[in-house]
Amino acid sequence: MQKKLLVVLLIGTMLLSSLTGCSSKAPKDTSETNASVTKAAKTEDTAATDTEDTGAEEAGAAQGKVLNIYCWNEEFKSRYTDYFEKAGKLPEGISVNFIITPSDNNAYQNALDQALLNQKSAATDDKVDMFLIEADYALKYVDSEYALDVKGDVGLTDGDLADQYQYTRDIVTDSNGIQKGTTWQATPGLFVYRRSIAKDVLGTDDPDKVQEALNDWSKFDQVAAEAAAKGYKMLSGYDDAYRTFSNNMSAPWVDGNKIVIDDNIMKWVDQTKLYTDKGYNNKTSLWAPEWAADQGPEGKVFGFFYSTWGINFTLLGNSLETPVSEGGKEEVGNGIYGDYAVCRGPESYYWGGTWICAAAGTDNLPLVKDIMLTLTCDPVTMKQITEDTQDYTNNMTAMNELANSDFQSAFLGGQNHIKLFAEAAPKIDMSNISSYDQGLNESFQRAFKDYFDGIVTKEEALENFYKSAIEKYPELTK
Amino acid sequence: MKKERQKIVKQKGVSYAKWGYLFLIPFFTVYIIFSLIPLISTFYNSFFENYMSGLKRIGPNFIGFENYKSILNADLLQYMNNTLIMWLMGFIPQIGVALLLAVWFSDLRLRLRATGVFKTIIYMPNLIMAAAFSMLFFTLFSDSGPVNNILMGMGALGEPFRFLSSVWATRGLIAGMNFLMWFGNTTIVLMAAIMGIDGALLEAAAIDGASPWKVFSKVIIPSIRPILIYVIITSMIGGIQMFDIPQIFTKGAGSPDRQSMTLIMYLNNHLFSKNYGMGGALSVILFIISAILSVLVFASMNKDMVKRKGGK
Repeated sequence: MQKKLLVVLLIGTMLLSSLTGCSSKAPKDTSETNASVTKAAKTEDTAATDTEDTGAEEAGAAQGKVLNIYCWNEEFKSRYTDYFEKAGKLPEGISVNFIITPSDNNAYQNALDQALLNQKSAATDDKVDMFLIEADYALKYVDSEYALDVKGDVGLTDGDLADQYQYTRDIVTDSNGIQKGTTWQATPGLFVYRRSIAKDVLGTDDPDKVQEALNDWSKFDQVAAEAAAKGYKMLSGYDDAYRTFSNNMSAPWVDGNKIVIDDNIMKWVDQTKLYTDKGYNNKTSLWAPEWAADQGPEGKVFGFFYSTWGINFTLLGNSLETPVSEGGKEEVGNGIYGDYAVCRGPESYYWGGTWICAAAGTDNLPLVKDIMLTLTCDPVTMKQITEDTQDYTNNMTAMNELANSDFQSAFLGGQNHIKLFAEAAPKIDMSNISSYDQGLNESFQRAFKDYFDGIVTKEEALENFYKSAIEKYPELTK
Repeated sequence: MKKERQKIVKQKGVSYAKWGYLFLIPFFTVYIIFSLIPLISTFYNSFFENYMSGLKRIGPNFIGFENYKSILNADLLQYMNNTLIMWLMGFIPQIGVALLLAVWFSDLRLRLRATGVFKTIIYMPNLIMAAAFSMLFFTLFSDSGPVNNILMGMGALGEPFRFLSSVWATRGLIAGMNFLMWFGNTTIVLMAAIMGIDGALLEAAAIDGASPWKVFSKVIIPSIRPILIYVIITSMIGGIQMFDIPQIFTKGAGSPDRQSMTLIMYLNNHLFSKNYGMGGALSVILFIISAILSVLVFASMNKDMVKRKGGK
């Protein structure tokens, strides 16, 4: 009898455990239908505006206790800690929670999407309050109901935003012209060249004269030929120049649902194929170890396209003979420190950057507003950030001040590169951005690598690109 | 009184069967919830257009066989071909080397020393995570990796050979990794089978003057047939499911020219847009392929058994 009872009990618990596993999953699946979520988001949206109105009057009295920030690395966390929390601007009783998911393999977006889709049912303290996005997929969030209007909902004024570079605002402006995010950094790109190689090839390393020699693509090609004749490579890999072309497209990647391949992108294809066949590049790929090695003391590459963050962090690190981690110092004499200089290059472009969005349904709107104001609109804080970290911040007044000062970069042989950045940033035009940029750019570079390698024809590479693009975005057509 | 007792006995007999069914319930509940329902819902989903466009869900809209059509119009055959080629390139050397080693290790007359050490060493690669193994090979065979450096240092190559930009080098390396990871495992399984053969058979063959090749092909192979078939089936299933090694090795692109894209990698590509429709349709096709292969192997096994019975 006892045995029987035990058996029944055991079976019962097994059944129950398997059933509970199922029951907790089932309702979730059914609730995730399209209609309920979008409707929920809408109601949340209006609810959020309501709390904002009252919140502004009561100066944050009705705020939630936890501010949840979704991001993919420590960068924003350190900016926030150094320039907001340490400045004593965090109200008493609120704790800030960073939810960091690395962006490899789309993991960050997957995690963020899941959180946003669950935004309505999440407990108040678990809701996403703020999230960070990158330019390449910014519109995916900006065009959704999950990001709040920084003026109408969050409460920043035109005056607050006036000093930001226009392109940084265009990238996060939705199809109705509403700005839904804001950033503390601007990331104009430049062409970074080796002074010693420029002297050998062009007879000068003066940035103005080098710029003159590289002013447009046909001149650039000419210098490439001259460099190759002397045993140098103009660029390192296939994708180095990609951004300068993709940022200057005449129309967005997608028209309606049709993928449009811009002439400017095909110019990149033709140029890169030419460079590969003639040996003007080293056949590397971005971020590959060979690419990094080309930037070091052993490299024979004329120059690289890099934006703000890339010069002072990535390139500097790669240029050293003895890395900092092995006791090397960032000074002239260690590797090729001091042998680089910058010029505008053939075309203006930008690369990278991080935007802050306020999430619909947040219960900490006043705090979100404060953070945005301090980190992205306050000239004093932003100038401080640039002086401390060499990060190029998104404030025209502060940056122009530095551009006209005697600011010098030892790494660039004493050049004031902020001046060039300040000249390049206003020229960036990002009105042709689309929400498909990230996936399509990746697929395009990937597909054409085979073409440059000589494995497929141009038509086959295009075909492979379409295949991969439609796998990623089933709604698109050729 | 007697009747009642008989009744009780009868009931007891019935209630034993009842317990049997009761014990089966947990298995079937788990099976139904975690296997059967997902299986049926896969079939169901494959008839719908249902994916995420950014943060918006498109569908589900019933579209009949559209998903199947677009999959068959896409390069499904190409990906099947890739999978088959890479599986065969790995499996043929795998079974060959494993058989050879198994025969050597289990041959008492060879008196090999330290077979235990060898067995451990050849099994080692299987203990490493496939992803890590793949990453390791990626680094070893990169354009400026150690393999290229060594070849250039020896003067065998003038400039680096770009392994990952060559279709056959990439396929070969993927097959090679699969081979390295699995031949040890197969060796041990086959050894167990060979050691299970009655020693008298082998001795009799030797006394009759059979050459080692004759012993191998006429005695050993027929005796270990069931295990061989087991090895083939498991390896085939593993082959159809080949994913982690090529995925990591080619960074998910199946490059170059999608010539090393396996079926499961193609399935994985549809995850980007959470495309349940296309994913479902592809899974159904994979299910059908696996089912056909399983039936074929099963039938050949049964035929084999019938033959043996007839022989007796």
